[in-house]
This record gives sequence, structure tokens and C-alpha cells, in this order.
Amino acid sequence: MGWLANLVSTGTLSQVLVGLSRTTILFIVSSGLTLILGVLRIPNVAHGSLYMLGAFSAYTVISLLGGGLSGFLAALVIAPMIVAAFGFVLERGFFSYLYDREHLMLLLLTFSFALIIGDLVKIVWGSEYRSVTVPEFFQGSAEIFGLPIPYYNLFLLLIGPFIAVFLWLVINRTKMGKIARAAAVDAEMVSAVGINVGWVFAFTFVLGCFLAGLGGALIAPMVNISLGMDHSLIMEAFLIVIMGGLGNIWGALLGSLIFGLTQSLGILIWPQFGIVFPYLAVVVVLFFRPKGLLSSTW
Amino acid sequence: MKKTHVALFLLLAALCSLPLFLPRFYTYIAAIVLLTALLATSLNLAIGYGGIYQFHHAVFYGIGAYGTALMLTRTPMPAALGLLVGPLVSALLSLVMGVICIRLSKLYFGMLQISLGSLVWATVYRWYSFTGGDDGIHGIPLPDRIATPDGAYYYTLAVTALCFFAMHRIVGSPFGKTLQGIRDNPVRSSAIGVHVKAHQLVALVIAGLFGGVAGSLFVVVNNSVFPDMMFWTFSLEVLIMCLLGGMYTFFGPLAGASILVLLRVFVSVYTQYWSLLLGAILTLVIIFLPDGVLGYAVRRFRPGEGRRA
Repeated sequence: MGWLANLVSTGTLSQVLVGLSRTTILFIVSSGLTLILGVLRIPNVAHGSLYMLGAFSAYTVISLLGGGLSGFLAALVIAPMIVAAFGFVLERGFFSYLYDREHLMLLLLTFSFALIIGDLVKIVWGSEYRSVTVPEFFQGSAEIFGLPIPYYNLFLLLIGPFIAVFLWLVINRTKMGKIARAAAVDAEMVSAVGINVGWVFAFTFVLGCFLAGLGGALIAPMVNISLGMDHSLIMEAFLIVIMGGLGNIWGALLGSLIFGLTQSLGILIWPQFGIVFPYLAVVVVLFFRPKGLLSSTW
Repeated sequence: MKKTHVALFLLLAALCSLPLFLPRFYTYIAAIVLLTALLATSLNLAIGYGGIYQFHHAVFYGIGAYGTALMLTRTPMPAALGLLVGPLVSALLSLVMGVICIRLSKLYFGMLQISLGSLVWATVYRWYSFTGGDDGIHGIPLPDRIATPDGAYYYTLAVTALCFFAMHRIVGSPFGKTLQGIRDNPVRSSAIGVHVKAHQLVALVIAGLFGGVAGSLFVVVNNSVFPDMMFWTFSLEVLIMCLLGGMYTFFGPLAGASILVLLRVFVSVYTQYWSLLLGAILTLVIIFLPDGVLGYAVRRFRPGEGRRA
């Protein structure tokens, strides 16, 4: 019964809160992925590489502007912009010609972009670890129920819902968002009423890439920025998106919550096999709800 | 077809004579090419002929290898039994995973398979006491006859040739034809009374079995196993081999696997940016040669073949 004792101990709450702050990153990245999947129907394996690009760009911006709060906040804007610009080139240069290809081909094409981006990052930044220190403003930790929770994790916890609401507003309350939703259902019909679907797709893709970059910039102070950080993340993001329902933003949120919580609680219950639990959760969810938890746009 | 037979005979003769003049390292590479070709062709049974999105095929390769390696290191059973058990275990795993995934189709099938496969990978990766964890298992004892580089090569060649023959027969059999019919039009196949899911499940098990054979060959050639063999990126690499050679031809994956393995060996001497090159090649192939190198050649010289209807 050792695992039960672990679970009810006071460490659980802080573990859950730290897990939730990681969930925020997962949500931001996977919401971009699900947006691209839902509207453009591209299973974008390169999304994880864009996240890595975001993290490395944030490192460069912070080292150029200094490690203060202003430098950090600037990095949170500039790094995703760099990634978004990169995404714009990818979309206009390649994907816009290939929308009618099979999913399998698109998946492999994006995998080839993942390989290329991975090596480009290696060429630009080298293969050593990079790290960003948490800005002074976020250092230290708050006492919650007598347990220290770093301020930065609290900041992440706040930013998650903010992004979710922002995305909901963009998709449901702006004209572009409405057109994008219509294009997700029937792109041909949307173009028949005189709307340039190509640019709607480009906008959606760029927004998705921006989110990947933002996720990378936000994780930068918490981990070692390294080559290969894309591999594990893209798999998690895909599983989250599938679990939540393809193309559904709230599904991405729900999926990230399940993934993040099973991960952090799993490690408490059974340290050696903690990494198995999130995958197990995905299998259970898909076994009972083959098309994901929430309705898919597919 | 006569010409093809002659060409195959010549190829086999050439492969048999390779160790006579190749240095030891290249004999090893040749064996790796053969077993990787077997792995890619086994994946092609599911994805090219069956139209099933088998995204995590490397799991069966890995489990075939681990099954063999564990039998050889942890049990006193004869080695021959170990070499058989590995593939059978991966066929069994393929059946179990297939039963869980088969209700879904296309991308959903692929993603559920990836999550199940990652489950297997994570278990192998962490179960230090049984599988050796991320170190894997090294120095696996083998029977003397196949322990030498030449012995391992000839064993690999014989098994691979046998498996290719068997897979070719399977593809040409009524079962194989039905499978291709299902790939091209599942609704119509089901309407004329074909049990679609059962056929797909059998195809998955066969693919898993031959993938497992490739894994057991890896144990013979490399003497070690490690969890990276079944990481998802390797699965996509095998998929690239199928695509590069041509998914709708029987020998396409063999061509693709040979190209990629050899290219990697020779390019790695000159540059560390192998991924960049691989990505560039793959991008060009997808954009300009969606039927693969061999598929393109077949279509060029024999119109009407080598391409999905």
C-alpha cells in the first residue's frame, strides 16, 4: 500500500500544481496542432520542431536583451513571431500546393520538415545544452497549504486559461475565425462564395505555429533547451489531440489535463513506470471513445 | 516474368558471393541492409497492400529482437527455439494490438497504434530488471555456426530470401488479392461478402510476424538489442523506406531500405547532418515521385502497373 500513502501525502498537491503548470505548455502546443489538423487537415509532425525552434529563439532573444523581466517578456513575443514567420514560409512554399495529398504523404512530408528543422537548429545553435534563467521577477515561490510553489509555475497556471479564452475568442468571435471554421467543414463551398481559402489556411497555419513557438518560449526557463526536446513533445501533443477529438480546442485542453495529471500522479504512485500512465490513459480513452472525448471537426 | 526470375537469380548469386570479397565491416552492413529490407517489406504488407496505417511497425521489430534476446540470455532453451519464439511473440503482440486498434481506421488507427506502441516502448525502456532498460542487452550468446560475421550474413540472407518468397506468395494468393481489393474499396469489398476487419487483422499479424523475424535477425547480426529500435522515429524511418522505394510495388521497400541504409553509412563519413539530407530527399520524393523510385520506374516502363488503381 506504499503507493496509496504516497498519493495522500501532502506532496501530492504540489505535485498536482506543478503537473498543471506543465499541462499549460502541453495545451498551448497541442492547441496549435489541433487547429492545424482541424482546419488544414495536416498532421503536422514538424510542430514539435517549431516548439524547439521557439525555445532556442527565446534563448537568443533573452541573451541579446538581457535576462531581466522586459527581455523575457520580449522573448515571449519575438520568439513565437520568428516561428510564425518560419511557418508562413513553409505554408506558402510547400503545403499550399499539397493540400489534396493523402494524410500519410502529408505526415511524412512534415516528418521530413521535422528532420530538416532539427538539423538547421543544430547548425545555428550547435548541439550543446542551452539554458535560460527564470527572470528575477518570477524567482522565489509562494506558500500554498504550506508547500512552496515556484512563482513561475503560478504564472504558467494563469497564462493557460488566458490562451484558451483568447483562442476561443479568435475562433468564435472574429470573422477570420468563423471563415476558418467554415473552411474546416467544407473548403470548396467557402471558396465558392468568393473567399480566398488559401489565405485563411495560411492564417490558421501561422497562428498554429505561433502557439508552438509560444510553448517553446514558455518552457525555456524550466528545462535544458536541447536538440531532441521536440521528439517526446510532438508525440505527447499528438496523443493529446487525438484523445480530445481532432480539431477541438477544448478537447486539447481536456486532453492536456488528463495527460499532465496522469504523468505527475503516475510518477508519485509508481516512480519506475510513471511514464507509462499517460499512454495508458490514451489507450483507455480511445478504447471507449474511438473518436476522442469531444466532438471532432473531421 | 522470365526476365524478372533471371534478375532475381543473379541478385541472389551476387549476394551469396559478397562475403568472399567484401571486408568484414561491409559484410555486416550488407546483413543490416537485408534485414532492414525485410522489415520494410513486412510493413508494406500492411500499409501498401492493406492500406492500414501501421504507424508503429518498429515495435514488432523491437519485440521480435527482445523476445529472441531474452530467450537466448535468460533461458537454457536451445538457440533455434529462441530465434523462433521472438517472431512468434511479436505476431502475438500484433494480434493483441490489432484487435484493439482495428475498430478505427486511417489516422485514428495509426495514432492509437502509436500510443500502444509507445506503451510497449516505455515499459521496455524502464523495466531495468528484465529488459536492461535504456542500456538494452549486449553480448548475446549465439550458436557457433552463426556467431561469425560470415555465418550471420549467410543466415540472414537465407532467412530473408525465404521470407521474401513467402511474402510474395502471400501477396499473390487469393488472400493477398482480397486485401488489395479492401484497400482500394472497403465498402464494395464488404458488400460482396468479404470480412474486411478479419482480413486486415490477419494482414497485421503477418506483418508483425515478419517484422519480428527481422528483429531476431538483428540479434544475430548485431549481438545486442536496445530500446531505440522501437522508438517511434524509427517507425517513421521504415515508413520512409517504403515510400522512397514505392509502396505499390513488391520490391519497392527493398530498394528504399537499401538506398537509405547505404546512404546513411556513406554519408555519415562526410557529414553529421544526415537528417538534413534525409529530410531533403524525402521532401523531393514526396513532391515529385509520390509512387517512389521503383514505382516510378515500373510506371515508366510498364504502363498500368506499380500504381494504385
